[in-house]
Amino acid sequence: MVIYGVALLAGCMLVGLIIGDVLGQLLGINANLGGVGIAMLLLIFVTGYLKTHDHLPESTESGINFWNAMYIPIVVAMAASQNVAAAFSGGMVAILAGALALVLGLALVPVLTGKRVDEARPLDAQPMQVHGRSR
Amino acid sequence: MNDSIMTLLDKYHLIAAFAVIGLTMFVSHWMSKHLTANRLHGSAIAILIGLALAYFGGIYTGGSHGLADVSLFTGLGLMGGGMLRDLAIIATAYGVRFSEIKKAGMRGLIALFAGVLVSFFAGAVVAVGFGYTSAVDITTIAAGAVTYIVGPVTGATLGASSEVVALSIAAGLVKSILTMIVTPMVARMIGLDNPRSAMIFGGLIGTTSGVAAGLAATDARLVPYGAMTATFYTGLGILLAPTLLFLAVRLFF
Repeated sequence: MVIYGVALLAGCMLVGLIIGDVLGQLLGINANLGGVGIAMLLLIFVTGYLKTHDHLPESTESGINFWNAMYIPIVVAMAASQNVAAAFSGGMVAILAGALALVLGLALVPVLTGKRVDEARPLDAQPMQVHGRSR
Repeated sequence: MNDSIMTLLDKYHLIAAFAVIGLTMFVSHWMSKHLTANRLHGSAIAILIGLALAYFGGIYTGGSHGLADVSLFTGLGLMGGGMLRDLAIIATAYGVRFSEIKKAGMRGLIALFAGVLVSFFAGAVVAVGFGYTSAVDITTIAAGAVTYIVGPVTGATLGASSEVVALSIAAGLVKSILTMIVTPMVARMIGLDNPRSAMIFGGLIGTTSGVAAGLAATDARLVPYGAMTATFYTGLGILLAPTLLFLAVRLFF
């Protein structure tokens, strides 16, 4: 049932948030420490376990996939309810921070790729199947 | 007549928000296809429209919740609020198999950590350069330079002000949009023509729509490789930014 997927998601979220809350209290910070990230890891492991044991039918999956697919629209709604007018006074901060992050990241690509070896040869040699989802 | 429609939309505010956001997505994907030849990702345009609407909403009402302060659009506050936002973010982890980390390889993993750290560092340097001195503000802006999801999640977790959260979203958005535009232009220069460098690129840049659109504009066959590592990026950022990286920032501020 679809609700099983939604409930699984909700359960992971609640457990993650509780752990994050406890972590925050343990470290003496008045904040939830990585609760969302912990919930994501929980979801990965729990659904991974259920899948390998064949306990994750398609209808259950669709309960999770719906919220997965709603992520961009929800982010759009979030953007529409932010205090942009006030943030505009510091516009250069956003532009410079974003640009600098991108430039540093791009500069590191050849550094981490290293020397050209077999796995790192151009794709033109052999055509590859494309099977990915883009968001 | 007009009044009763307004009352109705106000009463069913979340439903109205679904319709408004759906329309926004439609318009932005149409614009992406017909005005930018798919160069600018539809979702990035939608977020830009959202921020623009929030800007005008803020000017119009003088409130702090952007368009959600306009009585017709209060549902946007619930739809884009912390509860549903976090639920959707967690849902995106579904489909990411832990074994895929192995497939991405050691270099992909190093790229992931390096990417989060470097972006965070860039954001933090700029934030400090512009005179921010509170650890919460610096961390939130730096997290925004990681991705526009990590920024607001970090900000919400640490209790940052709405202004700083909006700034961090804007920083992430700048990075995402620049990635889409710049990637095909620099691809040859950084050797982005094979699966390995695509995985490393995805790990280093991380912003999912930016990476997916940037790679698609370069060579569509590279998209799954880049997207594979990029899927982990936001999660890693959310795990690291409000915790270890925040504590690191607190050592200095």
